[in-house]
This record gives sequence, C-alpha cells and structure tokens, in this order.
Amino acid sequence: MSARIPRRRDPAKLFLGGHLWLVYTFLYVPILVLMALSFNDLGLPTAWGGVSLKWYGELAQNDAVLRAALNTVIVAVVSTILATLLGTLLAFGVERRQRRNNTMEALLFAPMIIPDIVLAIALLSFFTALNFTLGLHSIIMSHVVFNIAFVCAVVRTRLRNFDFSIVEASIDLGAGEVTTFRRVTLPAIFPGVLAGGLLAFTLSVDEFIIAYFTAGAGQGSTTLPMQIYSMIRFGVTPEINAMATIVMLVSFTLVFISQRIDRKAISQ
Amino acid sequence: MYQRLRTFLFVGPGLAWLTFFMVVPCLLVFLYSFFERGVYGGIVYDFTFENFDRAFDPLYLAILLKSAKIAGLATLIALLIAYPAAYAIARAPAQRQPVYLFLVMLPFWSNYLIRTYAWIVMLNREGLINRALLDFGLVGEALPLLYNEASVVTGLVYNYVPFVILAIYSSISRLNPEIAEASEDLGAPSYKTFLRVILPLTLPGIAAGAVFVFVLSIGNFITPDLLGGGRVQMVGNLIYDQFLEARDWPFGSALSLILIGVMMCLLFAQAVAVNRSAEGTR
Repeated sequence: MSARIPRRRDPAKLFLGGHLWLVYTFLYVPILVLMALSFNDLGLPTAWGGVSLKWYGELAQNDAVLRAALNTVIVAVVSTILATLLGTLLAFGVERRQRRNNTMEALLFAPMIIPDIVLAIALLSFFTALNFTLGLHSIIMSHVVFNIAFVCAVVRTRLRNFDFSIVEASIDLGAGEVTTFRRVTLPAIFPGVLAGGLLAFTLSVDEFIIAYFTAGAGQGSTTLPMQIYSMIRFGVTPEINAMATIVMLVSFTLVFISQRIDRKAISQ
Repeated sequence: MYQRLRTFLFVGPGLAWLTFFMVVPCLLVFLYSFFERGVYGGIVYDFTFENFDRAFDPLYLAILLKSAKIAGLATLIALLIAYPAAYAIARAPAQRQPVYLFLVMLPFWSNYLIRTYAWIVMLNREGLINRALLDFGLVGEALPLLYNEASVVTGLVYNYVPFVILAIYSSISRLNPEIAEASEDLGAPSYKTFLRVILPLTLPGIAAGAVFVFVLSIGNFITPDLLGGGRVQMVGNLIYDQFLEARDWPFGSALSLILIGVMMCLLFAQAVAVNRSAEGTR
C-alpha cells in the first residue's frame, strides 16, 4: 500500500491506505473472534481457558446437526446438478441467437434480484395450492430456480468470447447437434460451467429463507442453515461457534478452488 | 423453422422451470393480494383492494417507512465506507489489486446467518466490545449495543459493503487516467478534479452499489430478526409474520407486491443513471 512508502507522505494517500486497513479490520475481526472462541475450552466469550477441540467433539455427537448437514449436501448436490445442466443449455441457446429477447432477459434476471422472502412465500403459496407434499424435494425444486439464473449468467460471460462459427463448422462437417455440444462447445466453455456449478453449490448450501418456507413441517427436512438459525435464536453457544467455523472454512475452500479454476481458464 | 426448434431445445427446459416455479408462483401472489382472508386463514375468493389500503394504514406505513429509513442509512454508510476503499484499491500497484479485491470479497462468500451471528457475538452484553469498554474503564456497566436499529444497520453494512466496494472499484478502474491528468494540467486543484470529474464519471458504480444494498436491505428478514431481536420490525419480518404466524396470506401478498414495486422503481432509476453517464462520456 502507498502508506508504506515513507518518502512521499501525501496525506490523501495516507488516508486512503489507512482507511483500507480499517475496512479489512471491520470485515475480518468478527469472523476471527468467532473462530478463536470456538477453540476456547471454557466456551465463554469473556475468559480464555486454553485451546481445546472440546466443542468440535460435542458437535460431532449432535445428531440433529449431522442430519441437517447431510440434508444440506443432498439439496445442494441435486439442485446444483439440475441447475448447471439447465442453466448451461439456456446460456448456450440465448447467446447463439443473434437477436436479444427482452422478456427472456427479464426472466433470467428476476431470480437474482427478487427478495428471498418474496420468492419463499410465492413458492409456499404455489406448493400449497397444488396440495404438494413438502420436503427435501420441494427445497431442491426451489433452489434450482435461483441457481439456474446464476449458472446461466456465469456461463454467458464465458460464451461472450466464444466463436460460434466452430459450432457451425462442426455441424457442416456432419456432427449432430448433441455431438457438437458435447465435443466442441462444452470443452471450450467448461471452466465457466464449473465456476457456475460451484457458485450454485455455495448459494444452495447457504440459502436459508426459501428452504425454511418450502421444507414443510417435518423435522426430517431441516437443512444446516435452518438448524443454525434455530440454534442462533437460542443464544450464543460455543457449539455454534464451532459449527460456524467449520461452515466458513468449507465456504472459503470452495472460493479458493473456484478462483484457481478462474485463473487457469484465463491463462489458457 | 429448424433454427427455432434448435434454440427451443436448448432454452426450453430452463425457461419451463423458471415459468413453472417462479412466474406462476409470483402470479399466484399477485392474485392473492386482491382476495380476502378467510376466518381461519385460507383465502376467500372475493375481489378487494382492502389489502393495499391496509398496507398504508399508519401502523403498517410506519413499518414501511422505517424499513426504508434503515435501508437508506445502511446504503449511505456502505457508500461512505466503500468509496475510499475502492479508490485505494484502484490506485494500488496493478499486480496487487486482485489480492486486495479477493480479501474484500472473501467474507461475502461465507454464510449470511453466520456473518450476522458474528455480530451477536461482538455486540452482546458479554461480547467483545462491551468487554473491552469495561476493561478500559470507559463504561461502568455493559451497554445495550444489540437489538436496536443501530445494530441492524451495522449488520446490513457489514454484509453488503464488499459488493459495493467491488461495484465502485470496477467503475474507477475503468476510468481513463488521462482525464484526471487533463483536469489537473488545466489547473484544477485535486479536490475539484475529484468532485467535478472523477465522482460524476464513477456514478454508475455508485448507483449499482447503492441500489444493491438498498434493495437487499429493505426486503431483509434475517438481519432485523437476529440483530433487531424482534424489537426492530421491517417489511420482510411483516411478510414473514403474515404467512407463518398471522396466516393472512392476502395481506402478506399485497406487502410483497409493494416491496417488488419499490424495488423495480429503484432498478429503473439506476438504469437511467447509467444511461445518462454513458451519454456524458460520449
């Protein structure tokens, strides 16, 4: 940062550099405090009793948490696969057309900006009107809605630099539509598809409100965010700190992986 | 004809999903908002405008206005924090910029509930901030930092500021540095160059960031619920209550439509701001 260069003490630069460090402090202190407390043997925020993994051990024996984690993985994996498939096809179809269709653009943009709570109540109304039994499957159907839009958006940015004439060439040479997509288009846009899929997975793992409304009354379809929510409402406990730390580390790992994919794609 | 069919094969399944699970449910909410509530919950299919009338009742209007106030405050503070930060990153050496941006965005990718919970840990009576204030003898007893409007605003700013920094950064980094140099060569002092040249040209980024924070804040449910502790009610909480507690779906639907209406106006205003500045640079 410019503030480290001692010779030119431009006050504007000093201010900007200092401000940026304050922003990083603001962003990271709450997270780091939370992580540190999860290793506190006493489990209190006010006194340090030494490092221990005690709370992680307790967590590993909490059946409700484990069940919720499993449900979350099921929901995220299935909705990611569906959304990646539909979203990629959609992106390809939309980008290949020469004309822009405004209705379609609005339809693809809407799931990204509509407030969660509104989509949640809309889906609850819809499923109820159809007398549909709620459960993990209805959460999956709902998550696919916003995930399609995000996958499609990511893949479309990748397709902007894609030369569609190679698709035409492949078809002219006698390869069918499906073969061309599988052998020509997909390899070329694969980093985008992967990045879109990872984004969808992350969003699905973290999503709370829509899952909460479309899970139904049974305890069997509680997802991890729903479990976290009910535990947080109960108060601050060392067990939540431990769980929060694990969830954050998993998210950060996913972000690192998607960054690497991105960098690899750019350098190619 | 063949081309149409081909496009349809690619686009069809995804669009069908969005139509079935988004458009139809939203139309249902639209319809419900004009119906009456049954005595035991449920819906009575009698056409009425009463739900919208009720939304502008002083009681509910106050909640709408309070939501707008909290969202506005969060937007303003987020912009004040984000602009200088984005500016600092844009002026850092080019090879370091991606790292600085990555560090800004990293917390944004962790779970929203957990990021919000982290502030409960910070602000509660036994939290870190109260602990520090007590230890340094700055206060005699723990302060009630949690469960008020300020803690809700703090949570919203914390959750959304990374995106605002990103939006403003992309606007600043797209600026041609020669424009600022030209202004300074012509004798403008640097504060004037900033106010008259740089700030107007980065307006699209500011508008994008501002609309993002405002839209996500005004419809927020989690932050007022967890950091407001039931004492700060916003539209999102009101809609939640209508659906899961009061069982008045028509009224909840009307509130949702109003929320979407407000949002659409803002997105429209943002599009206008972006177009204007695009014309200005031409």
